[in-house]
Amino acid sequence: MGWTRKDLLAMRDLDASEILLLVDTAASLQEIASREIKKVPALRGKTIVNLFYENSTRTRTSFEIAGKWLSADVVNFSASGSSAAKGESFIDTAKNIAAMSPDVVVVRHSSAGAAALLARSLSCSIVNAGDGAHEHPTQALLDLLTIREHKGHFEGLSVAIVGDIAHSRVARSNIHGMRKLGMTVTVAGPPTLIPPFVQELGVKVAYRLEDAIRDVDVIMMLRLQHERMTAGLVPSLREYSRYWGLTLDKLRAQARPDVLIMHPGPVNRGIELSPEVADGPYSIILDQVTKGVAVRMGVLFLLAGSKAEQA
Amino acid sequence: MSLLIKNGRVVDPANSMDAVQDVLISGSRIERIGPDLPLAAATTVLDATGKIVCPGFIDIHVHLREPGYEYKETVATGTRAAAAGGFTAVCCMANTQPVNDNRSITDYIRAKAAVEGVVRVYPIGAVTRGLGGEELAELAELAEAGCVAFSDDGRCVMNAALYRRAMEYTLPFGAPIISHAEDHELSRGTSMNEGVVSTELGVPGAPAAAEDIMVARDILLAELTGARVHIAHLSTAGAVRLVRGAKARGIRVTAEVTPHHLLLTEDAVRTFDANAKMNPPLRSKRDTEVLLEALIDGTIDCIATDHAPHAGSEKEGEFDRAAFGIVGLETAVGLLLDRLVKPGALPLATLISRLSSDPARLLGLPGGNLAPGAAADLTLIDPGAVWTVDPSKFASKSRNTPFGGWTVTGRPWKTIVGGGIVWE
Repeated sequence: MGWTRKDLLAMRDLDASEILLLVDTAASLQEIASREIKKVPALRGKTIVNLFYENSTRTRTSFEIAGKWLSADVVNFSASGSSAAKGESFIDTAKNIAAMSPDVVVVRHSSAGAAALLARSLSCSIVNAGDGAHEHPTQALLDLLTIREHKGHFEGLSVAIVGDIAHSRVARSNIHGMRKLGMTVTVAGPPTLIPPFVQELGVKVAYRLEDAIRDVDVIMMLRLQHERMTAGLVPSLREYSRYWGLTLDKLRAQARPDVLIMHPGPVNRGIELSPEVADGPYSIILDQVTKGVAVRMGVLFLLAGSKAEQA
Repeated sequence: MSLLIKNGRVVDPANSMDAVQDVLISGSRIERIGPDLPLAAATTVLDATGKIVCPGFIDIHVHLREPGYEYKETVATGTRAAAAGGFTAVCCMANTQPVNDNRSITDYIRAKAAVEGVVRVYPIGAVTRGLGGEELAELAELAEAGCVAFSDDGRCVMNAALYRRAMEYTLPFGAPIISHAEDHELSRGTSMNEGVVSTELGVPGAPAAAEDIMVARDILLAELTGARVHIAHLSTAGAVRLVRGAKARGIRVTAEVTPHHLLLTEDAVRTFDANAKMNPPLRSKRDTEVLLEALIDGTIDCIATDHAPHAGSEKEGEFDRAAFGIVGLETAVGLLLDRLVKPGALPLATLISRLSSDPARLLGLPGGNLAPGAAADLTLIDPGAVWTVDPSKFASKSRNTPFGGWTVTGRPWKTIVGGGIVWE
């Protein structure tokens, strides 16, 4: 079955076969990174706009490299220093950009639903590169690809996602993706950072790090945003790090010897992850970043490339 | 001038009437009701065969937006929307710009309504100056100027001591305080109900407790002061339970519910449609069921639309930045007839009562019944008319409704105010 959607908005929308198509496509494209000439003509003549309303280094760069390796023309738009800073509304800015006929708009925005809003307003393809605390599908896809490269399969794997689940789009996208592929997911964190009724998404909940990481195949640590403390969600960074920071000692005491440590970045070293863990043998964090380019190539190719080939 | 409405099904719950009758209107008053009134009695005859004839509907919770937000709505357009929706009277909330917290604004609204309005307009005065929640507005003068109730609607008066004083001070006026029950600390930064849908969408949600806590507080303050408190737009099962208990204990509390809180749930937010964003937010299926039950058993006294017009630009952007509220005047009657009365979930007489005699009783307004001598405010309904909600055809200036495209059976046929047909 081929790709039929105009947009990639949310893992929740996809079925398992679509997720596997995306992961497989990315897997087949990742060898481009090891070529001497990192360029294939798949998206020659296509225009991709990176519309970033939130700061991002990793994701924007990743999409930019992915587009360029596929020979697309990639334009970066960031809200600061643009018409948005002059008070133009998001939707007006987007419509203006759409009037210049891009093939794909990659959007990052602090409001949940921003990508869906563009998808129903614009005729070009929309890729959600993170909308508020809603979803970040390409992050979940790169996490899935990374996991499969290391474990060889999805079905039956168990994953702990640890930290600020409530405000995490990465957690939401991964929960949907992993559940659809037959993985077991436990979310863990202080109850103030666990969103209500999250069990209804098909996950287990743990309120102690030790319980969450015992015997799982993958531990995914999330970044703790500093503003969570001012909101009264956790008392202090010190306390959070003491109970929820992953250290080598805790790992050795509770986790399987072949456990994989993941993090969507950027890492708060010494808070959710101790440096020995972040840089240690269990960590596949930089591998995630590498896979990110492959996944974004796959997504852009399926959205913008295959139509031309079929024609 | 006289008007004879022939052969309509007259439903007048206040007078326990539901029968095919003729209604004779003389001037601005109802003259007689009876079978086969002579044609010669009237200068004009209206054949209402197959239609429902009932007391004019009264919406005690409307935002007319004038003065200050005329780009959203005006007295002229808002009252036309009311007439088109079968309402013969509306009460307009105080959150205009400037706020209706002093007599000159009340006078202005009433003067506008007298000249440009097509239905009766009763202003509601602010409880606190500028809706600031810090000092009382000049409540006695507002009452004298014609305000029929007091409310900071849109905001909750968080200071319980000040709210207590407002209740005490207004006791002699006979006009109740209308509470927008929301603990702003619990609801800070939220755009929808807290539940599994907010968790999936990653949109911060307000827990039902944000409403329930203030309903409980206001019931206790009503008990303390002996004041009459009316709770606006009840939306949670917990708030229903609190109001029911308070009424059983003889506390003078009343409540209203909106059509959207009866008919929609938080699932409507799944598409990030800003027309599903209102305050209080759409709640769970269970809440809608409890609200309907409470509307039927009288725990909830009346239906009000919380008609809240907003310009397109205020609703088309990012969900969390969009304005709260929807227009309701032109859709309420059709939706309630189709979705609640037609399937048998709500008796017709109860619906009519909750839209006419009950709101009239709550605020001491004229109308609400068809007794001889009463004001000739009538709503005539065509129960068989099938129509599709088309926001582009609204008489309101604004189009913000989640019901666009809904096809329903039953709609207002003619709206009569003071003996004159103001909409058909």
